[in-house]
Amino acid sequence: MNRYWTQRIGFAVLTMSAIAVVAPILIVIGIIFVEGARAISWEFIFGMPYEGMKAGGIFPAIVGTLLLTIGTALAAIPVGVAGTVYLSEYARDTWMTRAIRLAIVNLAGIPSIVYGLFGLGIFVLFLHMGTSILAGVLTLAIMTLPVIISTSEEALRAVPMEFRTVSASLGGTRWQGIRNIVLPQAMPGIITGTILGLLRAAGETAPILFTVAAFYLPRLPQSPFDQVMALPYHLYVISTQVPGMPISVQYGTALVLLILVLSMNIAATVLRSYFRRRRQW
Amino acid sequence: MARPSSPNWALSLYRKILQRLLRRIAGSSETAGKSWSEFVIESSIRVLGFSTIGFVLLIFFFLLREGLPVLWEVSPGNLFGTRWYPTFDSFGTLPLILGSAYVTVAAILIALPLGVATAVFVREASPNWAREILKPLIEVLAGIPSVVLGFFGMHVLAPMVRNTLNAPTGLTAFTGAVLLAYMSLPTIISVAEDALDSVPKNYRDAALAMGATKWQTIWRVVVPAARSGIAMAVMLGMGRAIGETMAVMMVTGNAARMPLSLGSLFMPVRTMTATVAAEMGEVASGSVHYHALFGIGIILFILTFIINIVAASAIFKKRRKGGLR
Repeated sequence: MNRYWTQRIGFAVLTMSAIAVVAPILIVIGIIFVEGARAISWEFIFGMPYEGMKAGGIFPAIVGTLLLTIGTALAAIPVGVAGTVYLSEYARDTWMTRAIRLAIVNLAGIPSIVYGLFGLGIFVLFLHMGTSILAGVLTLAIMTLPVIISTSEEALRAVPMEFRTVSASLGGTRWQGIRNIVLPQAMPGIITGTILGLLRAAGETAPILFTVAAFYLPRLPQSPFDQVMALPYHLYVISTQVPGMPISVQYGTALVLLILVLSMNIAATVLRSYFRRRRQW
Repeated sequence: MARPSSPNWALSLYRKILQRLLRRIAGSSETAGKSWSEFVIESSIRVLGFSTIGFVLLIFFFLLREGLPVLWEVSPGNLFGTRWYPTFDSFGTLPLILGSAYVTVAAILIALPLGVATAVFVREASPNWAREILKPLIEVLAGIPSVVLGFFGMHVLAPMVRNTLNAPTGLTAFTGAVLLAYMSLPTIISVAEDALDSVPKNYRDAALAMGATKWQTIWRVVVPAARSGIAMAVMLGMGRAIGETMAVMMVTGNAARMPLSLGSLFMPVRTMTATVAAEMGEVASGSVHYHALFGIGIILFILTFIINIVAASAIFKKRRKGGLR
């Protein structure tokens, strides 16, 4: 067998592996879209569930997930951006800085269920927040933090050093340079990173399992100390805990969750490529 | 016109000293033209910069606080025994630990060849248009919620496994391993890609100049040169797989039995994560069972901590030397 044939076979194997990775993704999305589309109706999205969730809509779960995601953004973005600015603009390469980086890598690697345990231990029980939106949002925010920081740092580092030196040479302080030059230039990258982090938070079930999620609560939350239903947990509940659940309702819920996550994903991708093309430097 | 004796002068001196003192605490070197608001902002940025360390410590502290009591509430023989039946006070964690290990290893055996081959394809062998399709799709895979994949696994994958194997149930370790493999693929692919990317171009040029084909260059030069980076990709993929909860819980059947043979691959298993997720909702806080579940949390935390420390220190070291090789 000659070596050009080996190359052909080798490349064919590589191509097939890539197809074996990608094809199932398309199949999963395709099946959920086709099966789920049958359940989607005005009432399914904007209605309250009744008859033990077997009928009606999933509106409270959608609202719950949106609230949790917005709350997570409010809690995680300031801390995440400040942490990033510190790491990329202020910190020197000391052992403390390295410890921060290790901490970020570790936060990113901690299993989501451990975040759930942590949230239960500190927010729900120790700080007496009870099973509440607040406890869930804080848990999700800490989980999202490493994603926001690592993607934002990349964005800040991409801003050329000259921008900072020019700002300083015009008499700007370091903070003025950061606020008026570096952050605005890095904003698209920070926004995409944040969306990617929030997308994870929106789809996670394990961290909200014991901190916020309500099994069945056919009303909208009144305060941050209320429980809410959330789409991922709702999908888990109706597909494993409730016997005799109509399959179309299950697929419908999966589809709504998938659309929510995919649209955030697409938004991030589009934003990124748009700003990359528009970038002047 | 501030005379040395006026109170104004004393005030400004006091302010100057205070400012200098605070600046020293904050560790800032520049002094020119800085206002108080700026000072407050920079200080809070510094404090928030250190918050991540605080969070890791807090997480560990609270796991220990709630989980350590299990060590004196349950005898060691029981705790490391082979039976996990909390209602009968049997808290043997061994089947759960082995269950997690079994499913994770099986997942990596599937994901490693697929992931590395895909990374090589994307970096070395694919036309541009294929890359433009592949990369966003892999990102989409990373974003699909695990509960959706678990749902898909229950309704599509598990029946397929059951029918092809003629088994009593499709909810097996194998089903979980397949799902986990796909969930760890985005991690493996992106880290392996970085590793391939950092192989110097002159390695490739030299191999090609010696008359090697493109395939020979990839297979005998580039991939071996990137092997430590690929090893790290595998480690991080394992870290991801061990910690995965919902999908595993939904498709592995959750029977707490010891997976000791190859045949266990097609039987139900129960992982550590699934145990915590399934049982925590029903225990009274402060009970032995509650402490035992936090104890499992400690094990998970330490496992992923070790994996990430090793991987991160490798990344930092290589980065200083230039690249993930």
